[in-house]
Amino acid sequence: MEAIVGIILSALLSQNFILVKFYGICPFMGVSKKIDTALGMGMAVTFVMALASAACYLINLLLVMLGLEYMQTVAFILVIAALVQVVEMFLKKFVPALYKALGVFLPLITTNCAVLGVVLVNVQEGYNFLLSVVNGAAGGLGFTLAIVLFASVRERVDKTDCPECFKGFPIALIAAGLLALAFMGFSGLKIF
Amino acid sequence: MDFKKQFKEGLLTKNPVLVQLLGMCSTLAITTSLFNGIGMGLAVTAILICSNVLISALRNFIPSQIRIAAYITIIAGFVTIVDLLLQAFIPALSESLGVFIPLIVVNCIVLGRAEAFASKNSVAASAVDGLCQGIGYTVALIVVCVIRELLGKGTFGGGILNGGEGIRLIPSQFPAMQMVMPVGGFLVLGFVIAGSQKLMKHLEMKNKKKEAAK
Repeated sequence: MEAIVGIILSALLSQNFILVKFYGICPFMGVSKKIDTALGMGMAVTFVMALASAACYLINLLLVMLGLEYMQTVAFILVIAALVQVVEMFLKKFVPALYKALGVFLPLITTNCAVLGVVLVNVQEGYNFLLSVVNGAAGGLGFTLAIVLFASVRERVDKTDCPECFKGFPIALIAAGLLALAFMGFSGLKIF
Repeated sequence: MDFKKQFKEGLLTKNPVLVQLLGMCSTLAITTSLFNGIGMGLAVTAILICSNVLISALRNFIPSQIRIAAYITIIAGFVTIVDLLLQAFIPALSESLGVFIPLIVVNCIVLGRAEAFASKNSVAASAVDGLCQGIGYTVALIVVCVIRELLGKGTFGGGILNGGEGIRLIPSQFPAMQMVMPVGGFLVLGFVIAGSQKLMKHLEMKNKKKEAAK
C-alpha cells in the first residue's frame, strides 16, 4: 500500500512526467492552447497509459520467457500502436460521445513518448502488474495536471505583448520553465 | 540533388529543433553536458540515415494504408541496434542517456523525415537528407548543452574534456544549479529558439536589401 501511494505521489508531483522527466513534450506544447482540449488529451493519454502498462507487462513476461528481452522496444511500440487503434475503434462503436471529444488526439498518442516511456520505466524498475498499472495511470494523471495547468497559463501568455522573436513557441517554453520551477518545489516531498 | 541546399535547410532554415520544433523531449531532457549532446546527436543521426535509406528503398513496396506502422517498425529496429551497440561499446553514454535512447523510436524527427522526405525521394537523396537533418539536430543540441552546462555547472565539455570533469570557466560556488535541472531546459531552449528566430529574420532582411540593391 505504501508503495502504491508513493508511486502515485511521485508520478503526480515530485517526478511529474512532463515538467520533471520531460516525457510527452510534443503534445504538451502542441495541444495546450485551450483548457478543454488539453483536458481531453490528458484523459485520452491517461487511459492509454494505464492500458499500455497492463498489456506491456504481460508481453514482457512472454518476451522474458522466450529470452527475447532485446526486442522490448520493438514489441512495446507495436503493442501501443495496436492498442491505440483498438481503443479508437472501441470508442467509436460503443462510446461515440467520448470518441467525438477525443477523436483527433487518439492517433497522436502512439508517438507520445510518455506512453512508451512509462512502459520502459515499469520494466526497468521491475514493477509487478498492479504497480505497473498504477504507475501508468498516475503518470497519465500527472500529464493531465501539467497540461491543464499549462493551458490555463498559455491562454493568457498568448495575448501578452512580448518581443517579436519570442512570439509563439519561445515564450510558451519560458512559461513552461516557470511552471517547472514551481514543480521543483515538490522535489523534497517524501512521505514514505 | 542539391547537397548545398539540403545542408542549409537541415542546419538553418528547416532546422528540426529550432524551426520545425520536433524532438523536444530529448532536446530538453538530456542536454546537461556536452558528452550527452554529442552522443545523442550522433545516435539520432545514424538512425535517421539508416531509416531514411531503408524506407526510401522500400517506398514502392509499402502499402500506403499501413505505412506509418511499417515506418515505426523499421525505426524501432534501428533504434534497438543502436541501443545494444551503445550498451556494449559506450556504456557510460548508455547509462547517462538512459530511457531516452529507446525513446528515439517516438522522436518525431525520425518519423517526420520518413513521412515527409524518404517516402517520396530516391535512396541517395534520402541518405543526404538524413545526414543534414541529423547534423542540424546535433548542432542545436550542442548549443543548448553548452549554454546549460556553462550556466548550471560552470564548465565546458563535461564528460569528454579534462578527464570527464570538463574545463572550469566559472568558479564552482557561482553556477546556478537550476539550469541543469528541468527548469533550465525550458528556459534555455526558449531563449535559443528566440535567438535563432531573430537571427533568421536578420539574414532575411539582409538578403532582401541585397536584392533591392541589385
